[in-house]
Amino acid sequence: MSKFALPALPYDYSALEPHIDTMTMNVHHKGHHQTYVNNLNGAIQGEHGGQFKGLSIENIQRNAVKAPDAIKATVRNNGGGHFNHSLFWTLMAPTGSANSAPHGDLKQALETEFGSVDEFKTRFNAAAAGRFGSGWAWLCMDRSGKLFICSTPNQDNPLMEGISEHVGIPILGLDVWEHAYYLKYQNRRPEYIAAWWNVVNWDKVVENYSHAKQQKTPVFDVPLA
Amino acid sequence: MTSNQLRHLSKVFQTFTEKQFSSSVSKFQLPDLPYDYGELEPYISAEIMRLHHQKHHQTYVNNLNAALEKIHKAEEAGNVGDMIALQKMLKFNGGGHVNHSILWHNLAPVNKGGGTRPDGAFLKAVEKEFGSLDALISSLSTTAIGVEGSGWGWLGLDPNSKKLKLEQCQNQDPLSTKNLIPLLGVDVWEHSYYLQYKNDRATYVKNVWNVVNWKDVASRYEKAIA
Repeated sequence: MSKFALPALPYDYSALEPHIDTMTMNVHHKGHHQTYVNNLNGAIQGEHGGQFKGLSIENIQRNAVKAPDAIKATVRNNGGGHFNHSLFWTLMAPTGSANSAPHGDLKQALETEFGSVDEFKTRFNAAAAGRFGSGWAWLCMDRSGKLFICSTPNQDNPLMEGISEHVGIPILGLDVWEHAYYLKYQNRRPEYIAAWWNVVNWDKVVENYSHAKQQKTPVFDVPLA
Repeated sequence: MTSNQLRHLSKVFQTFTEKQFSSSVSKFQLPDLPYDYGELEPYISAEIMRLHHQKHHQTYVNNLNAALEKIHKAEEAGNVGDMIALQKMLKFNGGGHVNHSILWHNLAPVNKGGGTRPDGAFLKAVEKEFGSLDALISSLSTTAIGVEGSGWGWLGLDPNSKKLKLEQCQNQDPLSTKNLIPLLGVDVWEHSYYLQYKNDRATYVKNVWNVVNWKDVASRYEKAIA
């Protein structure tokens, strides 16, 4: 039975410098994300995996609430961790290699929903800075096609119906676990958030938005071993 | 003076007195560390201790005071809805202040008792509940390492049964939210270890036992069972 494998980064470990440091990218990808992959495989390929064996990574999120008790927490935390980080790597790119601002339909949608791109960023920053403890900040689309901002604790994400307070398709996300920024920014999370905008891959976010309009989740590499 | 004038004067005097002597808002302060930042090395680096104390704990204190000020203002305005909305900020930051104030005393440099095994009533209670001190260390390590996201592993005392218990708390939830008296906390927020141990939480927790101040833990136990 095939199991999940760690996807490769779409760029070098040093590609997001100086905004996100090389050491953080190394430990974040090869340490943290790899552990989520290993733990997820352990749960799903084990004796309690049941109907979760062979599920797509996105359906693991949607069904996390229904996982067997013996593996529920592991699936939520590590299934979430694998999805979130696989998406996260694709949302970033070396400065200058992708569009540095939202464009097309997405730009219009952000302006319609939030007033301006700047106002959207201000609200997103607040969600990211205001998430106490570990978690993520998200830009999502709900079932009616409306964009909204939210944050989730730990490795939860808005695809996890029955778990997440806000449900929708995430098109942009930011990891605000301390491991995402501590080596370079220590306790200065707002500085990390501000720097991160320099490496957001808006071409990818625009693509995610157009998928979401068809109620499809973002496309990213989900390699199997 | 007419009775109206007297009534008015009484009201003015009452308001004046209330402004002077109304309940003042508490202002909590960052407690001093009982040792220098570098004294827990090599188990916890000086850089971590400095940031943990001067930045993280200080921020909890500042935000706790800010929350209390806001709650006080809301209370004065009779705005109970706002008071309720501020409870989260109070819990996060008040919990952070409570937890870290305990932590600094739960730890000690090796030459000031850090790592020195306990004896007396506390050790007897540990042996009764866990079998041995090493068994407690092993169980509390597992408990702390297993916390998802940010939080703490705790050794606490159930005030009703007087039994020692292990618990996990999320974020900065104080152990009182689990109806236990805190004796020994293991902070597993990544800020507690990341600069030195990166993602290796297990090694950090293993090393922390070298600087656990068992005398402090035992004295909390004795107070709690009295």
